[in-house]
Amino acid sequence: MEAPIRAREALGFILFSLLFSICRSSSLNHLLISNAERRIDLSSHIVKVYLTLKVENAGSTPTSEVFLSFPPTQVDHLATVEALVTKGKRKKTTLVRLDVKPTELPDAPNDAKYFAIYLENPLKSGESTTLEVLYLLTHSQEPFPAEIAQSESQLVYYRDSALILSPYHIKQQTTFIKTPSTKVESFTRVEPSNRAGTEIKYGPYEDHPPYSFSPILIHFENNSPFAVVEELVREVEISHWGNLQVTEQYTLVHAGARHKGVFSRVDFQSRPTLNGASSLRYLLARLPPRVHSVYYRDEIGNISSSHLRTDSRKSELEIEPRYPLFGGWKATFVIGYGLPLQDFLFETSDDRRYLNFTFGCPLLETVVDKLTIKVVLPEGSKDPSAVVPFPVEQHLETKYSYLDVVGRTVVVMEKKNLVPTHNSHFQVYYTFKPIFMLAEPLMLASAFFLFFVACVAYLHIDLSIRK
Amino acid sequence: MAAPETSTAAVPTLYTNNTLRNAFGGVLSFFILLLIGVMAFSIRLFSVIKYESVIHEFDPYFNYRVTQFLAKNGIYEFWNWFDDRTWYPLGRVIGGTVYPGLTLTAGTIWWLLNSLNIPLSVETVCVFTAPIFSAFASWATYLLTKEVKGTGAGLTAAALLAMVPSYISRSVAGSYDNEAVAIFALIFTFYLYIKTLNTGSLFYATLNSISYFYMVCSWGGYTFIINLIPMHVLLCIVTGRFSSRLYIAYAPLVVLGTLLAALVPVVGFNAVMTSEHFASFLVFIIIHVVAFVYYIKGILSPKMFKVAVTLVVSVGLAVCCAVIAVLIALVASSPTKGWSGRSLSLLDPTYASKYIPIIASVSEHQPPTWPSYFMDINVLAFLVPAGIIACFLPLSDASSFVVLYIATSVYFSGVMVRLMLVLAPAACITSGIALSQAFDVFTGSIKFQLSGASSNTEVDAAETSSSTAESQTDAVKTEKPEETAKNRPSRKSKKKEREHGEKPSTKAKAEKKRLLALPLESSVISLLLLVLLGAFYVVHCVWAAAEAYSAPSIVLTSRSHDGLHVFDDFREAYAWLRHNTDVDDKVASWWDYGYQTTAMANRTVIVDNNTWNNTHIATVGTAMSSPERAAWEIFHSLDVKYVLVVFGGLVGYPSDDINKFLWMVRIGGGVFPHIKEPDYLRDGQYRIDSQATPTMLNCLMYKLSYYRFVETDGKGFDRVRQTEIGKKYFKLTHFEEAFTTHHWMVRIYKLKPPKNRIRGKTKKSKSKTSSTTSSPKRSGTKKKNPWQ
Repeated sequence: MEAPIRAREALGFILFSLLFSICRSSSLNHLLISNAERRIDLSSHIVKVYLTLKVENAGSTPTSEVFLSFPPTQVDHLATVEALVTKGKRKKTTLVRLDVKPTELPDAPNDAKYFAIYLENPLKSGESTTLEVLYLLTHSQEPFPAEIAQSESQLVYYRDSALILSPYHIKQQTTFIKTPSTKVESFTRVEPSNRAGTEIKYGPYEDHPPYSFSPILIHFENNSPFAVVEELVREVEISHWGNLQVTEQYTLVHAGARHKGVFSRVDFQSRPTLNGASSLRYLLARLPPRVHSVYYRDEIGNISSSHLRTDSRKSELEIEPRYPLFGGWKATFVIGYGLPLQDFLFETSDDRRYLNFTFGCPLLETVVDKLTIKVVLPEGSKDPSAVVPFPVEQHLETKYSYLDVVGRTVVVMEKKNLVPTHNSHFQVYYTFKPIFMLAEPLMLASAFFLFFVACVAYLHIDLSIRK
Repeated sequence: MAAPETSTAAVPTLYTNNTLRNAFGGVLSFFILLLIGVMAFSIRLFSVIKYESVIHEFDPYFNYRVTQFLAKNGIYEFWNWFDDRTWYPLGRVIGGTVYPGLTLTAGTIWWLLNSLNIPLSVETVCVFTAPIFSAFASWATYLLTKEVKGTGAGLTAAALLAMVPSYISRSVAGSYDNEAVAIFALIFTFYLYIKTLNTGSLFYATLNSISYFYMVCSWGGYTFIINLIPMHVLLCIVTGRFSSRLYIAYAPLVVLGTLLAALVPVVGFNAVMTSEHFASFLVFIIIHVVAFVYYIKGILSPKMFKVAVTLVVSVGLAVCCAVIAVLIALVASSPTKGWSGRSLSLLDPTYASKYIPIIASVSEHQPPTWPSYFMDINVLAFLVPAGIIACFLPLSDASSFVVLYIATSVYFSGVMVRLMLVLAPAACITSGIALSQAFDVFTGSIKFQLSGASSNTEVDAAETSSSTAESQTDAVKTEKPEETAKNRPSRKSKKKEREHGEKPSTKAKAEKKRLLALPLESSVISLLLLVLLGAFYVVHCVWAAAEAYSAPSIVLTSRSHDGLHVFDDFREAYAWLRHNTDVDDKVASWWDYGYQTTAMANRTVIVDNNTWNNTHIATVGTAMSSPERAAWEIFHSLDVKYVLVVFGGLVGYPSDDINKFLWMVRIGGGVFPHIKEPDYLRDGQYRIDSQATPTMLNCLMYKLSYYRFVETDGKGFDRVRQTEIGKKYFKLTHFEEAFTTHHWMVRIYKLKPPKNRIRGKTKKSKSKTSSTTSSPKRSGTKKKNPWQ
């Protein structure tokens, strides 16, 4: 095990020092990172990486962009990147969120991908600042063995680099990796590295040139259920009569090691911690407060195993799928609920209305591969526009619901690879005249009126041919 | 009670009062009918309220699936639908083998709602079809009974039908079965027949044929109509009630109805070829002969007529004998005498249990027990005789039909518990007549006695101003004394009076009615008792609707000290199959679960509840009753990947596969004689404890049901059979547990793939190699595999 890893590591070094020589002339070099600390949290199936970078401007010109680089394999699984900067001194420090955008650099070695952090104030020459970066990786823990029996626990691989991949020179860096349990089968040693309890420490490493890379492989036990929603369609229907109806259709899969062979209920029931340790038994959905008429069902009817707890600040819906999900097992279900409209619908000063609702999936600790949000505006509303804090695909549709004539405008937003941090608010603006609310009642009333008129007419007209 | 004002004030405005009262009565009965409809609909919603809006039981799942297909693919695809998800590897032509009435009805409702942009799902429409149609059925009952005995009886019968438990059991929300619409069609066809009979209108006769067509589309029970109506026609002819109205009521029905019935793919040429329909053609000939005779009688002098009769009878008899002989020969040449198995078991109740175990095995084909009569029609059982008597006073064409209807349906319900459903409308109609007549008598007597006590002289004075008996109107108060004089136990005349409005009644008549009146006290007490009876009926019906007939049977609940416990194991298993097996995997189970598996799990099944292929079912039965290896071979030859068994031993669910197992043995043994029922019985007793026979303890069903069961409590105590199981520790060699639901009610096993043959290990071939037939030791196995 050790030997090939070492060889690969050596190869990596050679490669990156080569790359480094190419990039030497790059304009990035006037920044350097004097201290970097990385904490990788592997306790759930979503990999959370907290990166603290102390960036120093060693060049002569002020700069406002700091680049983060990722290997291409990680970029595909990268759900979100956030950056914060600490502001103020000593006690009065506040954290300010910074803009992060994916960018391209012309001379990226080995297809490395970049994210640019835009600083609020340009970093002047000789100054330094501390950036807190958080990024989340999904689908980055590969189960090995890929198939396990019911009584086995789930072991996974996690691949990364012992050194932080960065376009800048890093003077000193340390990486801490937190595993969910003390059971670690193996990990690549890159001296100095050691393991204590649930933590593996790599570093500190001194003075590594840009694009240094040292692949590591950690093989450890992770029995947290890999809850992945392959597809989630959320439909938010606005009724100006005072209700907001939300319907969410889930396709849930356990993305961990595939279940192999027998599923024995007697083992599962008698020793649940030993048998089926990695199975997905229940999920927790955090719903907005004042939720009402909650239902939880699938295509063949109601699922009776759910509990709703409500208080003034939040509602929690604990749902159990019909059967415990083992690796590779799937389930589909629908959650629906109603919400009071006044909590979510507001008016702007220029007489437009906007819906303020959360993006993302209400289930905790769940990755969503593909999310579609459909905001169904009331019939007769015009000029819809959506404001979402991150890039999404958008288009408009028309939906016909109860007694609609012209149809309701539907704003459809699609996004891939979501994690719980995406549960931020988005807004949909539109204009709506309240008179349209009366359209359907008036239609019904006139239909009945015509019916009665027809009846009266029929009773009073002699239709017989013979006199 | 009686207002002091004199009746003279009422006399000038009498005519307007009467029309007003008639109009008011019409509106009132309209609203009563509306309320009856609402009640019929809402009493059936207990299942939705107590459980959920879900399709019930077994057959409704198939109908639901067909409706989904219809909604998705349209009518033309539906007629041509070949379903490859069932009866693997045979498949089934759905379009040509289902009664499409229900599906088309629900599909049309769904389509209509959706074209009005009311986006109800197919499931919702299917769930609520039955309650809607029971409202229609109660209105049809009103119409039918009104034709027989007037509005009062009609309303009573409609109210009774709206909540008769027998009908509720088949038409609660979610019970999406053929009977749901068929009962409406049945009653409505009868109504149109009676209406035609009363009016002689060709318009109604045509409507009658169309209604009959709808019935043919909906349910196999249409043969009841096409036999009952000819019987009635024959009865009318025999009792000398032949009229042109009868001819108009019958002849178009046979011609048009048969033509239309032949349009339904599932009936087709059966409409003219099977014995169920012969009665109608025979009567069709007879009615023409009779009509001809009447015609001849009209144009000939009596003397000539006598001569003609002797001539025709002698020639005609010879011809008839010849024709009948040919017919009998034709019919007798077919093995079942041209009758379908179900019809034969109706005529000969012992037929099914003798020859077709598959029909006998269905619980709803068993004869009912006496308590089930009380449960299903309750107090109606006592009112029916009174209603029959009322029908004879006087006997009209219409009331004789009702008598015939109740008589035949009582017989049929005695043969098959399912046909209690046909009895229910008849019982409601006769009971409605009985109740309404009784009320007429008692209220009439009370009014007469009261008026007689208060103003004896006024009766005579007021006799000229007769009025109808709408006691609810405002005007009634002022006219109470006069009214009572009219409102006596007049039976047939009452209806006529209503139709004609006023009719001067004579003094003599009043005297006669005075004699017919009952004493005040006894009338009041009887009235109270009747109301009490009605109240008891209502209470019983509501209880039956809420407690007995609302359970959807796929969800079970039990109430324990710590609240309601839900057993949702069936759907758990079906959902598991749906999501975690391959789309083309075949699932074998006993046929009861076939429809549910295809509808809920969307997997191919070997057999299902449409028991059209006895051999196929027998094959599955044989596999279930064979030892593991033979069973594996049968299943493997059918491409089966999963075997599903229902097991109630852990939670005490009695209708599980172990309890149905003897039927599997019987049906399997009926085709494959190496399966013998006595092998599974110890001294004629069916048992699974340590006294059970080795054949029983080694059969697949036993093994799949009790695999690792002993590990749950250490003893293996079966809560259904109330005993410890016979064989506790055993291993499965050819099957592996794939899934077991939370309460163990459904267990799914996967067939292990055939093992590779290893050279040089042929010695162990008996236990190791599996499917190959070359092994010489195979012949040593006790049970011979039918698939060799």
